[in-house]
Amino acid sequence: MKMGKSVREAFGLALAKLGEANPDIVVVDGDVHNSTRTEHFAKKFPERFFNVGIAESNLVGIGGGLASSGKRVWLASFAAFVMCNAYDQLRMSVAFPCLDVKVVGTHAGISIGEDGPSQMGIEDVGLACSLPNFTVVVPADEPSTHKAVEALNQMKTPAYLRAGRPNVPVLYDNGCDFKLGKAIQLRPGKDLTIIANGLMVAAALEAAGQLAAKGIDARVLDMHTVKPCDDAAIRAAAVETSRIVVAEEHLLHGGLGSVVTMSAARQHPVPMRFVGLKDTFAESGKPEELLEKYGLTAKDIVHAALELMSR
Amino acid sequence: MTSAHRADLEAKAKRIRRHIITSTTAAGSGHPTSSMSAVEIAVALYFGGVLRYDPINPAWPQRDRFLLSKGHAAPLLYAVLAEAGYFSPDLVPTLRQIGSPLEGHPNMRRLPGVEASTGSLGQGLSIGVGMALAAKLDKSPARVYVVTGDGEIGEGQVWEAAMSASKYKLDNLVAIVDQNGYQQTGPTAEVLDLRPLVPRFEAFGWSAQEINGHDLGEVLAALKKAQQTKGRPSALIARTIKGYPIQNLLTSDPNHHGKPLTKEEADQALAQIG
Ligand SMILES: Cc1ncc(C[n+]2csc(CCOP(=O)(O)OP(=O)(O)O)c2C)c(N)n1
Ligand SMILES: [Mg+2]
Repeated sequence: MKMGKSVREAFGLALAKLGEANPDIVVVDGDVHNSTRTEHFAKKFPERFFNVGIAESNLVGIGGGLASSGKRVWLASFAAFVMCNAYDQLRMSVAFPCLDVKVVGTHAGISIGEDGPSQMGIEDVGLACSLPNFTVVVPADEPSTHKAVEALNQMKTPAYLRAGRPNVPVLYDNGCDFKLGKAIQLRPGKDLTIIANGLMVAAALEAAGQLAAKGIDARVLDMHTVKPCDDAAIRAAAVETSRIVVAEEHLLHGGLGSVVTMSAARQHPVPMRFVGLKDTFAESGKPEELLEKYGLTAKDIVHAALELMSR
Repeated sequence: MTSAHRADLEAKAKRIRRHIITSTTAAGSGHPTSSMSAVEIAVALYFGGVLRYDPINPAWPQRDRFLLSKGHAAPLLYAVLAEAGYFSPDLVPTLRQIGSPLEGHPNMRRLPGVEASTGSLGQGLSIGVGMALAAKLDKSPARVYVVTGDGEIGEGQVWEAAMSASKYKLDNLVAIVDQNGYQQTGPTAEVLDLRPLVPRFEAFGWSAQEINGHDLGEVLAALKKAQQTKGRPSALIARTIKGYPIQNLLTSDPNHHGKPLTKEEADQALAQIG
């Protein structure tokens, strides 16, 4: 797999492009546009860009006001700060009035590395899913992020887009059939299904390769939209492969695993395993070291899959 | 201050700056310039006879508290705590490595002497208010010192804390704003200009003074004055230079926010610091 840009960079470029055909789009920043990459938009459309300083709850409230006045708002900060510091504002000034505000949380997950736990959004997906009216998207690579940004722009309701910091492999080199709420099957399989999003999709593909060498045929789904999740794909996985492993760079509580479990339990319960962050903060370190130490690698997916197969 | 005492403090400041530069350059990430602007503030507190602390007994209930609300200046805190004897200076080069308690931002559960886990800006002053209230309840002489950034005070929570501090007349609480004129994306004058800060704090019921944050004598005198101020909290607005005293090496980007120096820049900086 060839390396591509980070999801945050892809988001920043896609947003700047969106600005051309959409004069109503405004962007709000909290002193981090060089990190979230909204600086691409800021450079092109300075009059439609507002840097409100280090003040996330204010940032979100201002976004709500702009949207109530007919603007199409994109706002971005670190996932940890925009979701955790401004949650009540997201709830009352965006979700409840169901406004056209797209919230982007960058530096999500533990793969930010050395900056450590205070900067790592590890609960952001769970928080976003707990906001009624919100669509929640976790893209895995550069091409699918472009598609996600375009798709979210077609909607007038609120959404959360999660973006990681590191450069990630390109999964959709030959185009990406991206539809919100519709999982993408990256690999067919009949023995079990690995459902992943974000950084863990590449790990899932790698794991599927290793499992194939052991004679296990793993299906891989990129569940980029966590809410609404693709019930049909989950049902098909449960019925056709009878085992599911969910992998995400997020706390196990409240993230993709919870959502997939609820869907499977409702439709066709099957044995499942979960790869994610286990009720703990991480620490500082190199991204690869942290992913290894906290159990977020292809090896961990393989391990979970083998455990399911041996049941 | 005697000249011998001043020379002593200046030597400490130099050693701390060397730690900051070498540890962040070795780590390949971190915030050296944010750390450098607050060196004299921390040196005055820890080594100028202001803070009452005991590195052998870091949990001593009556100790004074130092809170680094601008947690990204962690390399400064680690260098100071090492120099103060909380742990060996040999730990300083492990900054940001996996397994090291010297995380990218301070983690109070992993390192003695760290009073608050910070890194999400805007929270330190509220924690400081809580500690100052607890000291009053316990009739403890403990005093609380909180260092914030000048960008950080854009967080509304800082001003909520400021209101609580004056409501409860917390004269055992001192806020020190490291006014280095820059935040992450540019000069505070362009991003969010809150100056002049003295009348702003005064309007919130605080006693406030503006000082040269690199002049140890001025910092110490202001801290002494704060100690004598009764019935309300004190704010020190410390005018500083981000990256001081190697700002001449940062001409292409005087903010140089959140980036270590390259090996060559670090060597130059160390030579200049002496
Ligand atoms: C709540 C929150 N928002 C954003 C950030 C990202 N961030 C880290 S440092 C920084 C700039 C801080 O500027 P200032 O307070 O002036 O400190 P300086 O580095 O200049 O000392 C920002 C925005 C953060 N750490 N916490
Ligand atoms: Mg500053």
